[in-house]
Amino acid sequence: MEEKTSNNKKLAFKLTSVVVLMFGFAFAMVPLYDVFCEVTGLNGKTGGQVSVDEGSSSTKADEEVREIKVQFLAMNNENAQVDFGPVQSSVVVKPGEVTEVYYKAVNLTNSIMTTQSVPSVSPLQAAEFLKKIECFCFKNQTLAVGEEKLMPLRFYIDKELPEEITKISLNYTIFDITEVKEGDEPVHQEHSTHQS
Amino acid sequence: MGEHHGPAKGITRWLYSTNHKDIGTLYLWLSLIMFFMGGVYAMCIRLELLQPGIQYFDPSLYNQFITLHGLIMVFGAVMPAFVGLANWMIPMMIGAPDMALPRMNNWSFWILPFAFSMLSLTTLMPGGGPNFGWTFYAPLSTTFAPPSTTFFIFAVHMMGASSIMGAINIIVTILNLRAPGMTLMKMPLFVWTWLITAFLLIAAMPILAGAVTMMLFDIHFGTSFFSAAGGGDPVLFQHVFWFFGHPEVYIIILPAFGVVSQIFPTFSRKPLFGYVSMVYATAAIAILSFIVWAHHMFLVGMPFVGEAFFMYATMLIAIPTGVKVFNWMTTMFKGAITFETPMLFAIGFLVLFTCGGFTGLMLAIGPADFQYHDSYFVVAHFHYVLVPGAIFSAMGATYYWLPKWTGNMYNETLGKVHFWLSFVSINVLFFPQHFLGLAGMPRRIPDYALAFADFNFLSSIGGFVYGASQLIFVYVVIQCIRGGTGKVSEKPWDGAVGLEWTLSSPPPYHSFSTPPDPKLIPDLH
Repeated sequence: MEEKTSNNKKLAFKLTSVVVLMFGFAFAMVPLYDVFCEVTGLNGKTGGQVSVDEGSSSTKADEEVREIKVQFLAMNNENAQVDFGPVQSSVVVKPGEVTEVYYKAVNLTNSIMTTQSVPSVSPLQAAEFLKKIECFCFKNQTLAVGEEKLMPLRFYIDKELPEEITKISLNYTIFDITEVKEGDEPVHQEHSTHQS
Repeated sequence: MGEHHGPAKGITRWLYSTNHKDIGTLYLWLSLIMFFMGGVYAMCIRLELLQPGIQYFDPSLYNQFITLHGLIMVFGAVMPAFVGLANWMIPMMIGAPDMALPRMNNWSFWILPFAFSMLSLTTLMPGGGPNFGWTFYAPLSTTFAPPSTTFFIFAVHMMGASSIMGAINIIVTILNLRAPGMTLMKMPLFVWTWLITAFLLIAAMPILAGAVTMMLFDIHFGTSFFSAAGGGDPVLFQHVFWFFGHPEVYIIILPAFGVVSQIFPTFSRKPLFGYVSMVYATAAIAILSFIVWAHHMFLVGMPFVGEAFFMYATMLIAIPTGVKVFNWMTTMFKGAITFETPMLFAIGFLVLFTCGGFTGLMLAIGPADFQYHDSYFVVAHFHYVLVPGAIFSAMGATYYWLPKWTGNMYNETLGKVHFWLSFVSINVLFFPQHFLGLAGMPRRIPDYALAFADFNFLSSIGGFVYGASQLIFVYVVIQCIRGGTGKVSEKPWDGAVGLEWTLSSPPPYHSFSTPPDPKLIPDLH
């Protein structure tokens, strides 16, 4: 009987460790998902900053005959009180060619505003080929009262872009994250909005 | 062991109980109460949908009804019903004296009443209860959620902890406490399906706990797991949720498969056809359940390869399920069948669950799902597998084992009336919803276009009849406990096979204090 009880406890303990492991796995799904999205370009997420070297290595840009139309779109999330949009609605670029465009944001409120823009690329397969050298979306943008800010975006299209893609849409959704920012200085990471 | 003793007296018998039968009984009563509570929400939903327009409940309250109906039925009615059956039957079926971890058993039950009280009381809190549907997608359940969501999260944690403890207990009991001679491949199929379900539970429930914990962090601690502004992704929530959610649907249905696999051979007076293939099919369904989750998310914008993978993987599940349906039919084939109430429920299960399975196949087709997604077709599909599937099976199990539990026979006539009313009304209730969905009626909306009025009216009438007929079940159960139609022998069903039928009816307080004679253990294949 004694032995039986200890056997039960051993097995229960092993099973409990499976439970702990699976709880951990739930959280591991977060970075795994990000890696998966980065590799596959799933969800139209664009990658992080790439160096200019990679872009300027495209001395053979002339060899490219393809012309890709890149369209710029903008959206306001929830009730972000900001006049936000691209300065030019589209550009035509050759793969490998570094291009600079601007987005404009105007703070429509009576207080300082912190914003974060989140990109999304369509078609999804194009996301990994849109390389950004500089982007206003890499960090929070603070807008003073009434300030009109021109925000740069420098990018190039990777020459590995599949032949069938001739047009790419890049959308930015702007989020007002002022409320979240106020509470916690200094800021280590980007935070979400919770103004329920 | 000490001398044989009976249960303690009064309320402490239930509060402090470590006895598998008492705890099983508690689970079953809780499940029945929750079934009626979830049922009241369902009646409110059908009342509102009886006619087009907003009649009785404002949309915010309606949203709370659909959310609580889903949560209470899944976590409060169906899951505890099968855990209760497991508690009652598994020790008796494998020749054990009790469950392996009796104190944990007590704990895992007594968490539940608190969890469900808290969950249902959220409706009375400022801002109302959870109103984001039982799938609680972010950001509806984070950014836009009512303040009571924190209590909802705590309640889900408690339910999860209870399920996990119950599952651990079941696995340890089955693996360690089998009587000598009871090899794994001699276990009754109900025990097998529960063993596999318990493994699904310990793998899937922690994922749910993880999902609600991330929600809690997003709401209160400024993290951004599911918020795009902070670098998170709301779609991630759907992946995490359904990675739990799809195994969850098999957690609900596999024990139901086990129950009907006991009932069919008994009333066909033939051994179960294809015992070994049944075991492997159950295991195959369990494994596949972890790789099909994104078929709930065909519309989130997955790449083509993803859509195709989840579509084919989902269709693959039809194969082991088809094996089971085939085996049940073949068990009945050329059998000396009688149609007592448990058998009627099992046949009702077989016919209607298969209907639900076929609509599941339709939904698995990615391109077709674009049309069906979030329509009443989906509602009809999952209610066909849940109500005539899981609920019919749990009720059939109750009729089947009630004479064993109480020592009395239930009223067969009333049982049959209950079955036929349920069978007809459930089809009146859910069959028109297929047409509504195909015609474009969205789910979770309290109002609808005038064109949908007739089918909704019909569906509501079916709903009211189904709801009212369940009162017959309560009456039959209570009448049976109080004496029923007379005493029964240790084996009230002449075709029944298994160790549980070698015990007296009602069985002794401790099932097998000494291991049963290995010769009594039947060979099932």
